[in-house]
Amino acid sequence: MSAGPETVAECIGALRSGAVTSAELLDRTRARIAALDPRVNSFLGLTDALADEAAEEADRRLRSGAEDLPPLCGVPVAVKDVLCLEGAETTAGSRILAGFRPPYTATAVGRLLDAGAVMVGKTNCDEFAMGSSNENSAYGPVRNPWDLERVPGGSSGGSAAAVAARMVPLTMGTDTGGSIRQPAALCGVVGFKPTYGRVSRYGLIAFASSLDQVGPFALSVEDAALGYHVIAGHDPLDGTSSPTAVEDPLQGLREGVDGLRLGVPREYFGEGLDPGVRAATERALEVLGSLGATLEEVSLPSTDAALSTYYVIAPAEASSNLARYDGIRFGLREDHPSLLQTYLHTRDAGFGAEVKRRIMLGTYALSSGYYDAYYRKAQKVRTLIAEDFARVFERVDALVSPTSPVTAFPLGAHSDPLSMYLLDVLTVPVNLAGLPGVSVPCGLVDGLPTGLQVIAPRFMDARALRVAHAYEQATDWHTLRPGGVEARAS
Amino acid sequence: MPLTDDEVAHVAMLARLGLTEEERARLAVELGAIIDHVSALERVDTSAVAETAHIGGMVNVWREDVERPPIDRAAALANAPDQDGSCFRVGAIQEER
Repeated sequence: MSAGPETVAECIGALRSGAVTSAELLDRTRARIAALDPRVNSFLGLTDALADEAAEEADRRLRSGAEDLPPLCGVPVAVKDVLCLEGAETTAGSRILAGFRPPYTATAVGRLLDAGAVMVGKTNCDEFAMGSSNENSAYGPVRNPWDLERVPGGSSGGSAAAVAARMVPLTMGTDTGGSIRQPAALCGVVGFKPTYGRVSRYGLIAFASSLDQVGPFALSVEDAALGYHVIAGHDPLDGTSSPTAVEDPLQGLREGVDGLRLGVPREYFGEGLDPGVRAATERALEVLGSLGATLEEVSLPSTDAALSTYYVIAPAEASSNLARYDGIRFGLREDHPSLLQTYLHTRDAGFGAEVKRRIMLGTYALSSGYYDAYYRKAQKVRTLIAEDFARVFERVDALVSPTSPVTAFPLGAHSDPLSMYLLDVLTVPVNLAGLPGVSVPCGLVDGLPTGLQVIAPRFMDARALRVAHAYEQATDWHTLRPGGVEARAS
Repeated sequence: MPLTDDEVAHVAMLARLGLTEEERARLAVELGAIIDHVSALERVDTSAVAETAHIGGMVNVWREDVERPPIDRAAALANAPDQDGSCFRVGAIQEER
């Protein structure tokens, strides 16, 4: 069924040996998108001219036999539509930014381009990255390649689905409360959220600035490590970007888990965990044990409060960040004789229901009389959550858990917003503590993929990837292809 | 417990969100349920806990005070809903008496 290289590593090998050209890879990518994406809806826009030019340049470099080729020379990639690319429509999945063409390029995107990647297009997502199902996009939901009647997860659903359906080997998403790891789990691919501060947020359309982080989706941990390594590192244009040196994640990737101590947080196996997901995770823990890791139950007692903490802090920051959409300098404007009415009508017409809900929730939590009870309180509980992790990391090298308590659910299954929020329970603590977290495929439950989450201490991104890689290489879940979209494509 | 319509209208005005009556009614119920849920935070003892606004621990990041080329004016105005070639154009900000 497959023809030619699929993973990033395979693409790089084939490009450098001359077995394939970048132009051929780009043609194949476009053919896959044309055949599958009318059903999956993972792309909001294609950057054809830019891609043609980049592929041509990559092929020229590859033909020249130069030895200092950039790491992703000629590899097709795509990025979530919250990342700015100069001149290319960037909407964040929102009507309020329809037609917006950024005057500059996000640092993470620029680093991909500098690494020789061929930018194919912008991927669909929940509006302003707010959601866990991709049903909040103003441009229609993304569908899960494993079952087109189900969601791909969110908010980076397009980036996850495009990799799962083998349209592109590498995409970038963003993760504020699980928006890379959860869709990776639900689509059966690898998704990695780096340590907060590891990847520049410059040119990333802000949702919750103290939590947002950019990271890769790929078909293997090695590919995710390659993509991460390209975008990681200090950026003077982002004051929260860390100046600490980036550890090469490929260096120790194959060192395995023999002798590592892995913590299993008991609170992550509680009520609401699907029995099939639990069983798959427990089998994954056995695999890690058989590879020489020591598994140890640990406790993160503040886990219970993490979801509430997140759903105060993230909306509060969002309500402030989204104040900029006022119809004056960019985006939609609903003209009205008075300025106040222009604001009110512009924002009512431009934002979707979930974004309005979070702006309202955040404004409420920050408003006079409620600030101490909600926002300040949540910031204090955030301290406790970070301390929980710090305490267990004195004893263990990394934590392992399920990524999402459930597998992909049918579109429309969670019409009650609170019931959707509750699905983020296993991913939000990692953002609140600023830790690196990776999701790697660890099984099928009733034919749908599920993911194992590996969490490491801050700036131990390479260790998280190493544990995930060891598990991945001992199993073949990451090689399974989604049946839903292939069956109908042929 | 659902919020009152006055509470929803007050927050909506703070957020500069024009909402229809229908939206306000729905949000009163949805926000009420979410706020009830997050009110569980009350039960966490934080009497001796400092706030975390930011996880990085970084403070006051400075750059050299040197000139850099600014964004081109035409590029900065290109996305404006209304502009006159040199400025953003907006409606009157003072009400007529």
